[in-house]
Amino acid sequence: MAAYVLRRLLYFIPTLLAIYTMAFLLMHAAPGSPFVQEKGLPPEVLEARKAEFYLDRPIVEQYLLYARDLVTLRGHSSIRYPNRNVIHDILAPAFPVSLSLGICALGLAVVVGTTAGVASAARPRSVIDYGAMAGAMIGISQPSFVIASLLVTLFALVLRWLPVGGWGSPSQMILPAVALAALPAAYIARLVRTGMLEILSADFIRTARAKGLAERQVLLDHALRNAWLPVLGYLGPATAAIFTGSFVVEKIFAIPGVGTHFVDSALHRDHPLILATVLLYASLLVVFNLAADIGYAWLDPRIRYE
Amino acid sequence: MSDPGAKTAMACPVGPLRPAMSPLAMALRRFRRNRLAMTGLALLVIVVSASLIGVAWDQAAVARGQPQPYLTPLPGLHPQPPSFAHPFGTDPLGRDLFARTLIGGCVSLGVGLSAAVVSILIGTVWGLVSGYAGRGTDTVMMRIVDVLYGLPYILLVILLLVLFAEKTTWLRMVVLFMAIGGVSWLTMARVVRGQVLALKEAEFVLAARALGSGSARIIFKEMLPNLAGTILVCATLTVPLAILQESFLSFLGLGVPPPLASWGTLTSDAIDALNPVRVYWWLLAFPCLAMGATLLGLNFAGDGLRDAFDPRAR
Repeated sequence: MAAYVLRRLLYFIPTLLAIYTMAFLLMHAAPGSPFVQEKGLPPEVLEARKAEFYLDRPIVEQYLLYARDLVTLRGHSSIRYPNRNVIHDILAPAFPVSLSLGICALGLAVVVGTTAGVASAARPRSVIDYGAMAGAMIGISQPSFVIASLLVTLFALVLRWLPVGGWGSPSQMILPAVALAALPAAYIARLVRTGMLEILSADFIRTARAKGLAERQVLLDHALRNAWLPVLGYLGPATAAIFTGSFVVEKIFAIPGVGTHFVDSALHRDHPLILATVLLYASLLVVFNLAADIGYAWLDPRIRYE
Repeated sequence: MSDPGAKTAMACPVGPLRPAMSPLAMALRRFRRNRLAMTGLALLVIVVSASLIGVAWDQAAVARGQPQPYLTPLPGLHPQPPSFAHPFGTDPLGRDLFARTLIGGCVSLGVGLSAAVVSILIGTVWGLVSGYAGRGTDTVMMRIVDVLYGLPYILLVILLLVLFAEKTTWLRMVVLFMAIGGVSWLTMARVVRGQVLALKEAEFVLAARALGSGSARIIFKEMLPNLAGTILVCATLTVPLAILQESFLSFLGLGVPPPLASWGTLTSDAIDALNPVRVYWWLLAFPCLAMGATLLGLNFAGDGLRDAFDPRAR
């Protein structure tokens, strides 16, 4: 197991390198200059600005210099926000916001999805079952920004229970977390329900019931542990969905997270910020994917990693 | 021949015996008996035919030299709520929302369909070759899929779309279609490879090889028909994800360029117009209903196909 984790950690390097290279090449192939908005600069000032961002050097050198700045965490100043370091001044304050929102949403999706799945599998074709699956259908059939806007309209504007947006207090976290969690929660609920229904007809469940275990113990200890395996397989994609979905949700709720920087930096050709943001998201997703795979091995002893 | 029915069958060889059902016919029968799946299929038929009618309507207007209904601003104050003349109402620029929803459906379904086609073309071939070749080839090909799977691909899609946004409408559409299609084949490749690994050991494949069939024949004539169900299910479930992805990109301003519409751009425009003072509910409700019906239909039909082709999965 330790060897497996170590090997997976080693895979991080080529994966992140591939991402960095692709982002770098895309950035350079793109039309438009980062300095279009700084018109009317004297040529020597423009040259100095270009030199500051390594743009006067050969492309291979630029590639290596930006990589050095990122790997050593030294960062580089942003083009769009002069005198602000992309790592220390821009991403470092925004990252905890996005991370805590993402983890909250993921936790919410897992808890709500699993509970709904177990409850509907325990009483198939009951009111609970139909209700939970109808809810899951809404989650699957609408994009997160529609759900987010409807939540804002209902709970913030009409009922005035929760704030419209912003960041800082726990009550400001509820609506964005729910909006982000809706799709993964719906998928998890369906996965758990299907898995539970299949496993509840297995022989060992009949044995567990026959020896007089409480229904609760049968459902949670015996059935759920098996039915939860497909969910772990889905956690990797779910994490990706939540963290990329946060681009949209952070925009709707005016949350000062990393997501806003992602699209804006690309729009403004802010080379240092694009590279730093892409790598930050990439490492986050890679780490979460690994965590999901380790969880898989821990829950299912049959899976062996050489 | 020990069961009691065998004797009567021997005595009367033609009459009571029904012709053997092919696996495909059995799967279709299971599908037809699945009420949820048939509901999904019905929803899909309605949505798809509505979109096609929308395009035909548009083309007819072009052919007659009239203004295209989904592009032309109408006179008067807008947005107008649904009325007899405009069943879905009009948008803030005074364009008929019914026509725009139909055209938007065509674009959204097109994105979904192209993702499915890409995943069938690339994913199936990749999975077949990887699973059939085995050993080193398999390891390398699956490692590539693993790395791509681990890549936050959508980041690169967004980057690609943002950075090339100024190009022509046509180019941007191509980039959008390819970008969404490019993500979708990975799951297909994994699923197909898994099935091929199992099929490789099957007796009929061994028999084919013993009869001297070449690799190409075994792959395409023996294995592919057995994979058809799996491929169909996987492709059906790819479409809703692609449609959602398109709407996500639309919200970030990276969808199809205006004045063209998709369900994604329609819903995100409606959300921009959303405010508690004046509720233009029809702007959001109709595109959302159309998208919701399609996604539910695809999910139901996909689940139904999976149950029909693989009864053990239930």
